[in-house]
Amino acid sequence: MKISGAKIFVETLIEQGCDVIFGYPGGQVINLFDELYLNKDRIKHVLTAHEQGASHAADGYARATGKTGVVLATSGPGATNLVTGIATAYLDSIPMVAITGNVPCSLIGRDSFQEVDIVGVTMPITKHNFIVKKVEDLADTIRLAFKLAKSGRPGPVLVDIPKDVQVSMCEFENKPVEEPYPMKKADSSLLKKAAEIIAEAEKPYIYCGGGIIAGNASEEVQKFADKIDAAIGCSMMGLSAIPSSNERYLGMQGMHGHYASSMAENEADLIIACGARFSDRATGNIKKFAKKARIIHIDIDGAEIQKNISVYLGIEGDVKDALARLTELVQEKKNAQWSERVKQLKKEENDMLIDSKALTPFNIIDIISKTTDADTIVATDVGQHQMWAAQRCPFEKSRKFISSGGLGTMGFGMGAAIGANMATGNKVVLYTGDGSFGMNLNELATAVTNQIPMVIVIMNNGVLGMVRQWQTLFFDKHYSNTTLERKTDFVKLAEAFGAKGYRVFTTEELEEVFPKAFNENAPVVIDCAVDCDEFVLPMLPPGGSIDEMITYIGGDN
Amino acid sequence: MKHFVIAVLVSNISGVLTRVSSMFTRRGFNIDSLTVGETESSEFSRITISFRGDEYTKEQILRQLYKLHDVKEAKVLENDTVQRELLLIKVKNCPETRQDILAAVDIFRSKIIDYSTTSLCCELTGESTKVNAFIELLKPFGIMEMCRTGIVALERGNNCLKGN
Repeated sequence: MKISGAKIFVETLIEQGCDVIFGYPGGQVINLFDELYLNKDRIKHVLTAHEQGASHAADGYARATGKTGVVLATSGPGATNLVTGIATAYLDSIPMVAITGNVPCSLIGRDSFQEVDIVGVTMPITKHNFIVKKVEDLADTIRLAFKLAKSGRPGPVLVDIPKDVQVSMCEFENKPVEEPYPMKKADSSLLKKAAEIIAEAEKPYIYCGGGIIAGNASEEVQKFADKIDAAIGCSMMGLSAIPSSNERYLGMQGMHGHYASSMAENEADLIIACGARFSDRATGNIKKFAKKARIIHIDIDGAEIQKNISVYLGIEGDVKDALARLTELVQEKKNAQWSERVKQLKKEENDMLIDSKALTPFNIIDIISKTTDADTIVATDVGQHQMWAAQRCPFEKSRKFISSGGLGTMGFGMGAAIGANMATGNKVVLYTGDGSFGMNLNELATAVTNQIPMVIVIMNNGVLGMVRQWQTLFFDKHYSNTTLERKTDFVKLAEAFGAKGYRVFTTEELEEVFPKAFNENAPVVIDCAVDCDEFVLPMLPPGGSIDEMITYIGGDN
Repeated sequence: MKHFVIAVLVSNISGVLTRVSSMFTRRGFNIDSLTVGETESSEFSRITISFRGDEYTKEQILRQLYKLHDVKEAKVLENDTVQRELLLIKVKNCPETRQDILAAVDIFRSKIIDYSTTSLCCELTGESTKVNAFIELLKPFGIMEMCRTGIVALERGNNCLKGN
């Protein structure tokens, strides 16, 4: 039987296992929305306040589960509003399918109302994209989009569907869920070579990236570390892959990484990078990076090997499989001296912490972490609060830290938190700043409508803190446009949106308010007054190396 | 800096040239010349890209090309290849220089393909170095306009791009 392109769209989404879709209607997608209306018991559509929020929600959905997130927007401005969300997913290798409507094929190229060449716009920020010009191609194109999004190194794929294709009729038959292309397996001879290099090492350090999460290799990497007695650190994208309770684990490395992990990496004689890409934020100055170490790099994306850093041995392949096989190959070993040194580094790091009773960022996170559990999802926006959360939040389960890494998208958090909850049902704590929250706070409306059990913790310092920190350190305290001087009342704002809001100034107040907020099972805003001269430390200056690490900034700020 | 030629077999569909060339722009690789055309199978087009760079650039370009969904095969063409370029060049025609131009055309095995009392148009195929030399030779006679296709190249013998 012949059915319309719009119906094919919905049937194919359902067939491919999509249960939730985030989006916003518009002129060129009315037909698609009509089919969503007719099938609302089979597929849930979440209406956001803005297409950007929808794109981040689809992203958050994918990050929290590993499933492909789906977002739908109309042509023109609807499509361009997705761009930041698609780029965010692209930089962090998040599987996403973005569907856009477009003007009918006969009107394409005439600068018609709400016409944009979204395929051209998104070409550099998608794994691949399509414009479907024949209804006969629609189902298979959507299927291929799902396949590509999940295959190898995941990422976003966009499908642009002109209006006439949505209304055209064609035969449709269900097909099975598209499996990703088979993962490339690491070459055995390279793994053997890696095992030989590991046997010679006395100070091994494992650098985990987001690939450990995407590749579902948390257990493998820990078993591997146990067998070769290595320290473990990670990039920001690798956070939550390794339980904080693992004694080998030193936390995030890099520009704002933990002292212990950055130091250990610098002192190591062997770095095994797994599913990581040596981003400038994770390494600092690449020329001075880990001079004493040989580097083994395991990644599913062959183009990452030798891209940012010259490595001793590159292994292209599925990281889960490679680590499991490598663990079999290596001899069990103990590196007693190295373990001692790592312990000492951890102690040095602890000694650096300044004890304070004030409502400092770390105190805020510690108080909150006492109430939350291992299933709670921590989402963040971008800036100082993000780094504090990355440094301080404990994680015991993978996929519990949802944050924009590569693109550093302020305004990511609200949408992503909503998507993460929709995907898992788990409660969410969103750490944000008054700057980031200001960018997409409209999604508070979405959170209220859908009664998302989330606590929005605003680290409110009245400034754009991360840029201010740079201005303090490198621009002679010229606070150009980073002092907000706003009069926003976040409590009233929360109430205006239909949520509860609290303002806290002390740790005692937060201790009282947070558990209440957390048990509300609805969105709650907690506006935390934070000093504007709290710094994210340690810090490697941009382009700097480990010898230039700033661990303390004097008090005359 | 070395000179490289890469042959890329791609799906013969609209937009594929943009995908390939925009990858070069985005990653900061410079293209010297790029040619594209259909192959023996209408399913595939073949893009020949010449560029200058180091080993790192060459490796990165290959690996990044392979990540594009529409790229079926990419290969650096090394020594054992035939490379050709086509040049059309229009020079001023005047009695004083005509014989010199015709001599150059003859020696380079070029062909006159258009002739007027004031202009001469020549066609030349050959490797890029030959094309360059011919252009240099004609410069003093007054080049009115010219265009060259960029390199096309095939491996010698039975070696082929397979598109698997």
